[in-house]
Amino acid sequence: MIMWIGEYMKKNVFVLLFIVVLLCFLYAKEEFRVYDLPNDDGTSLQLEWDKSLADVGQIEILKSFDNKYFTLMQIPDNVFQFTDTDSSFSGKTIYYRLDVKNKEGELINFYKASAIPKAQWFNMQKLPLLIVLLILSFAIVYFINSAKRGKDLYIRRINGLDALEEAVGRSTEMGKPVLFVPGIMDLDDMQTIAGLTILGKLAEKTAEYHCRLIVPVSKSMVLSAAKEVVKTAYMQAGYPDEYQDNDIFYLTDDQFGYVAGLDGIIVREKPAANFLLGCFYAESLIVAETGFASGAIQTAGTAEPSQLPFFVASCDYTLIGEELFAASAYLSKDPQQLGSLKGQDFGKLVIILLIIVGVVLEIFGISVLKDFFTF
Amino acid sequence: MNYVLPLIITFLAGLLMLVSEFIPHKPFESLVSELEIWFMIISGFAIVLGQISLLKMNIFKIKYKSEGWKYCIVTLSAFFIMLLVGILWGTESQAGLLGGGERIIQSIGEKPFDYIFKYIYQHLMASMFSLLAFFIASAAYRAFIARTLESALLLVSAIIVMLGNTSVGTSMTSFLPQSLNFLHLPNISKFIMDYPNTAGQRAIIIGAGLGIIGSSLRVILGIERSWIGGKK
Repeated sequence: MIMWIGEYMKKNVFVLLFIVVLLCFLYAKEEFRVYDLPNDDGTSLQLEWDKSLADVGQIEILKSFDNKYFTLMQIPDNVFQFTDTDSSFSGKTIYYRLDVKNKEGELINFYKASAIPKAQWFNMQKLPLLIVLLILSFAIVYFINSAKRGKDLYIRRINGLDALEEAVGRSTEMGKPVLFVPGIMDLDDMQTIAGLTILGKLAEKTAEYHCRLIVPVSKSMVLSAAKEVVKTAYMQAGYPDEYQDNDIFYLTDDQFGYVAGLDGIIVREKPAANFLLGCFYAESLIVAETGFASGAIQTAGTAEPSQLPFFVASCDYTLIGEELFAASAYLSKDPQQLGSLKGQDFGKLVIILLIIVGVVLEIFGISVLKDFFTF
Repeated sequence: MNYVLPLIITFLAGLLMLVSEFIPHKPFESLVSELEIWFMIISGFAIVLGQISLLKMNIFKIKYKSEGWKYCIVTLSAFFIMLLVGILWGTESQAGLLGGGERIIQSIGEKPFDYIFKYIYQHLMASMFSLLAFFIASAAYRAFIARTLESALLLVSAIIVMLGNTSVGTSMTSFLPQSLNFLHLPNISKFIMDYPNTAGQRAIIIGAGLGIIGSSLRVILGIERSWIGGKK
């Protein structure tokens, strides 16, 4: 029995040794390594080298596409990695040489490595974002379908939007115009789009009440969109002849030039209702305070957290963040749009739960959730 | 029918932008850059529309002597002066029709366009911005009146934050021992700004982010059409 065990071990010890040597070979850490940077468009390679090389002397990186090396860069002290970003990479092998030189600039040693940059079809770092987006999208689609089937959806009241008709009515009674300001950003900002959707609803009301609507804008693209929105609203309200093309006009692209123009309009025209809905920055308080001084009823809304306190202090109603984006759906009373609002609320619930779970896990020293969402 | 084509374009462009966020592979990234260039080109053309609107409005007001029509003369004069000096002598980086304007530079130190920009336009802009200080004072005066519990809390925290950022605040609590460091006004002020304030701001940002996703989906899927003058 003992003989058999001894024989068996003798036979297998060579196999074991072979496996150990193979593993050592596979997992041996090279002094200079080059590998494809993950989650990119195939235009980056990551270069890394051991700290011990930097201790020997100065490091210089050379690069080659066809074995003709050229100097890529001199590496400063205490730097042990470098990302080579080159749009000319196109799936071909890139060769690198790391030269270690002494203080006199004489070559002591060099190391070679190569890699093929590859473009990825999915950025794994954005997986959490995709998951959240999918959950939110499914929730929105689900609630839209529920609304279509006739399910009654409760949406909380937004006072600022309920007061829209009251503000237009007040302006009509006073014989003064309504002023709408869609912010200072262009059409590529979602806040501007949200502002324009509210403008459509507001224009329908001003058309019904035969009240003048003034829309000064700061971007030419917004001018075209605003004209189209107001014109259609007047047509839908059944008063196309009431539409005044000259009341929707461009002032200037400049932030403070625009605010000077708005202040001038507020002081001269004295609108009875001001709507400041869109993206605002430092000009928010200047406009809102001038409007307050003129005695107008003011409704403001923005998603810029730094400007919200100014609007809260100076305006009668303020749409805070998401309320601005919900305004159009809220005013339309369209079940499909209200369903999408319910979907957003579901998204908020998911985020609240994730925050609570994340905080509890962090208290117990578990960072799985935080790490998953950190990218 | 008028809205079908814009809605199809919106859907395709929106979907492309959305997908390209997750796919770094070609051609998605280059397509997105291409779309951004298209936006710039369209914006460039739209500037002409804006200028036409500006000229039309001001000429209209001057013609019919509307209220404040004299200001329109100033606007138009400024517009044409800037246009003219820009075309004739160019800007800092570009020469105009009459060259680089070396003789003018010798006398006033800059090209006329840059001179007006630097010494008139920038000062006017700064003047408008500086008005903000006075408006903040008047808005703060109204906001800090303690009518309710919430406004009283706002008043107290505002006073702490304001004092905490001044030397007066620091000296007011400097007598406190090191063990009571957390009661120093600058520290309380920092705590208010770092925790309750940041938490509130983040809540707004998360809500706004969700709102943007919801609105974008409504626009991409064509549920929301009022921004192009549609019925919904």
